[in-house]
Amino acid sequence: MKGPEMDKDPVLSVRDLVVEIPTRHGILRPVDRVSYDIHAGEILGVVGESGAGKSMTGNAVIGLLDPPARITQGEILLSGQPIHNIKREALRRLRGKKMGMIFQDPLTSLNPLLTIGDQLTETILEHLDVNQSEAQERAIAALEEVGIPAARDRIGSFPHEFSGGMRQRVVIALALCAEPDLIIADEPTTALDVSVQAQIVALLKRLCRERGVAVMLVTHDMGVIAEAADRVAVMYAGRLAELGPVREVITQARHPYTAGLMASTPMASQGAKRLRQIPGAMPRLGSLPHGCAFHPRCDRATDECRADPPPRIDYCDGRAACWHPLPQPETTKGEPA
Amino acid sequence: MSALISIKNLTRVFDVSKPWLNRVIERRDKAYLTAVSEVSFDVEDKTVYALVGESGSGKSTIGKIVVGLLPASDGNVEIDGVDLATETDPAKVAEVRAEVQMIFQDPYASLNPRWRVREIINEPMAARGGKTEGLAEKLLEQVGLSAKDAGKFPHEFSGGQRQRICIARALASNPRIIVCDEPTSALDVSVQSQVLNLMSDLQEEMGLTYLFISHDLTVVHHMADVIGVLYLGRLVEEAPRDRLFSDPKHPYTQMLFDAAPRMDGFGREVDPPKGEIPDPINPPPGCAFHPRCPLAVDRCKKERPKMRQIGDTRVACHLAE
Amino acid sequence: MTDTAPPIPPTPERAPSRLARAWQSDFLYSFRRAPVAVLSFCVVLTLVLCAVLAPLVAPHDPFDPATLNLMNGFTPPGEANAFTGDSFLLGTDDQGRDVFSTILYGMRISLFVGFSAVLLAMVLGVILGLLAGYSGGWTETIIMRVADVQLTFPAILVAMLIFGIAKGITPPEYRDQMAIWVLILAIGLSDWVQFARVVRGATLVEKNKEYVQAARLVGRKPLSIMLRHILPNVLNPVLVIATISLALAIIAEATLSFLGVGAPPTKPSLGTLIRIGQEFMFSGEWWILVFPAATLLALALSINLLGDWLRDALNPRLR
Repeated sequence: MKGPEMDKDPVLSVRDLVVEIPTRHGILRPVDRVSYDIHAGEILGVVGESGAGKSMTGNAVIGLLDPPARITQGEILLSGQPIHNIKREALRRLRGKKMGMIFQDPLTSLNPLLTIGDQLTETILEHLDVNQSEAQERAIAALEEVGIPAARDRIGSFPHEFSGGMRQRVVIALALCAEPDLIIADEPTTALDVSVQAQIVALLKRLCRERGVAVMLVTHDMGVIAEAADRVAVMYAGRLAELGPVREVITQARHPYTAGLMASTPMASQGAKRLRQIPGAMPRLGSLPHGCAFHPRCDRATDECRADPPPRIDYCDGRAACWHPLPQPETTKGEPA
Repeated sequence: MSALISIKNLTRVFDVSKPWLNRVIERRDKAYLTAVSEVSFDVEDKTVYALVGESGSGKSTIGKIVVGLLPASDGNVEIDGVDLATETDPAKVAEVRAEVQMIFQDPYASLNPRWRVREIINEPMAARGGKTEGLAEKLLEQVGLSAKDAGKFPHEFSGGQRQRICIARALASNPRIIVCDEPTSALDVSVQSQVLNLMSDLQEEMGLTYLFISHDLTVVHHMADVIGVLYLGRLVEEAPRDRLFSDPKHPYTQMLFDAAPRMDGFGREVDPPKGEIPDPINPPPGCAFHPRCPLAVDRCKKERPKMRQIGDTRVACHLAE
Repeated sequence: MTDTAPPIPPTPERAPSRLARAWQSDFLYSFRRAPVAVLSFCVVLTLVLCAVLAPLVAPHDPFDPATLNLMNGFTPPGEANAFTGDSFLLGTDDQGRDVFSTILYGMRISLFVGFSAVLLAMVLGVILGLLAGYSGGWTETIIMRVADVQLTFPAILVAMLIFGIAKGITPPEYRDQMAIWVLILAIGLSDWVQFARVVRGATLVEKNKEYVQAARLVGRKPLSIMLRHILPNVLNPVLVIATISLALAIIAEATLSFLGVGAPPTKPSLGTLIRIGQEFMFSGEWWILVFPAATLLALALSINLLGDWLRDALNPRLR
């Protein structure tokens, strides 16, 4: 579905990633055998409800797992190079240089005691081979690129002098200034108002297109995913439930969970008196049901689902990890459900 | 039908000044934030009236004034013809108070962690010295939980279940009006639909009136009968749901609709709105929206637009027609 | 699109257990995993039990002149007395009192004063802190400024001041009897500030939570909200401070007694014993000083370590 760069090697490929947290009640698996690729110039949306493991997957990739959480299986390849088993120091250098990060709360990802100019030039000097004045120019250019007006005058301002939306732009500039190949954006618009959210989403899309950066967009907002992502990975209870092109996943979901999730958004049921709902709630990690984690809430569940976890999905297209996926309609381009 | 809640010229000003000593040293004047400015609207009995707006729009402040958690600075709120701020008969005040309840946004902060669910749900009745025998159990079943849950503590429940407990508490004093302040914005989508369905069912069964406060247009579209759009503490547009969504008249409403992400908006290239919400301490003169408005003319900068009735819609814009 | 969604079924997710059990088990689990805490707890428990049961545990009653034999004076620990042939575990003091027994009885007084003083400080501090945090405005300003002013004096000075005033107004014949109570009052009054500060801070956080607003909404009066809603939720830090204050109060009592303004020699506390003992330190009778001092050290240290652990265990962020 998605275009030109698809045949090249992916920027990021995650293979059978497992993150485990040892606790006194046993080992929890917030990320369980997750695999996906992100190509250059592509936005991969990762959706799921709280506790589905979507943020944990992003943190694992950038190497920011809070101990005792750790990667126990699988591999993470950045431009073909493994990064799941390298030293902290090497990983730290890769962060910023090869990978940029955008978090939900822009205020906590900026140092309140340094001007934004200092923070940008520091990052640039650390990762690029330039001198101080060049770094300064690049910092200004980065701020202009993310749409901060009068960037040259505002480079000496402190983070608290910016509004929430502007701060998130600064964070994006910071993530971009060392020209990384991959950006991981964890709920970048959740704390923002609708009008500002639209600005930030448009900015992310533009940067991805113009710079050919690979973006992993973690969010719970299906509308943002629909508008921004090229492909989408749906997570449930730490596992990948469905992975595919965004239009197909949203309009012709094959995993019953995805279908239920899409149908239960008020957007999908405009005009209906009641919303469609998935019964129950996502199980806690400590008490996952046997077999497919979704089976207690699934109306298609059979003994097979209760006995064994469904076969894993292939990383490229694959679609649903389900014993009994919803049938694929004859026409590939259906109307929105 | 008559108006159950009638709000007239409601204004609320907060004193956001620094302490006296700081003001003297830094030579600053007192600072005031007008969170709600001359807002008037009526809510009909047994309907859902939604207030939408972004942060700083004053929607939560209006909710708190309606339930009586905050006093109004000016204007008044009448519930069933009784103005709580001026009513002198304490029995009448208590009676009306019991008719208005609230559901809060954060299901984790709105239940006392040290209390059992039974005590929490019985509290509104117990506070008025009413009978609480079996009340919590009955209400728990009504909101889709089990009577056995009454003996548990809040931390044993998930976010959606906690919000059900909050709803049960709100129902305990047999209210007619429930103010719902972002009741599902802390919940996941699949849980949100459960809670919204429950709220719709209860409204129908018990003939409740909701004042529904939200920033989420899709939720408002699903729940509301009438929608009021707030911007910077001012009501800019009010219309029946279908009218508002099919024919938004205020430029801000139009902007909001355009900016909201849509599930069928694959690869949609939106022209994102310009600018951000201004500082509410120093709102722009005239129409508060004029700095961001694509249609603004000179008059918008000087004169604050009055509410005008155009068909079903009330709109505060000089240019709307 | 159908609108016949199934009715909400009972949730499959089962809450694990009751709060009390879960909390207790988590609490005890972290206790078991902290050897320092376990050791401290054992030390404190042993010392407190010994003190409380002093009449049963102590081999002698040091306050009963009939059982004292002046000939037994200055018996070194573990050795037999040259005149009487009696031997004492920790030796005897100048008046022939068994040091082990005086320590047990002295600890009794020290612990009683410590507990009572902390209780006084806690009640006072919690009430004023709640009041300041919940009411705000002038009430808060006055309470917290008084607290600030009191903090600028060393606690021991405040205690001595109160002690001095009390001594001035009590008739001499009651002085020894009153001494203990004056001590409690002095230490308690000098210690309420930190309780008030912590409770005020926690109250400020809690009072903005939505459950407090919900309580206001149903018409609960401020006093009822403070006591029934906020108080139970600010008790964790109070418990931690109380533990650490207990150690400080015991030391403060010892200091006052050492300075001669505390427990009288007829009813010696650990501090009084140390004061008596230091007179003999350099004449070779070291045991009269060292054993009470070591007991005081062990008691205060253990309580402090226990308080440290409690702070970590009750802090949800660290768990």
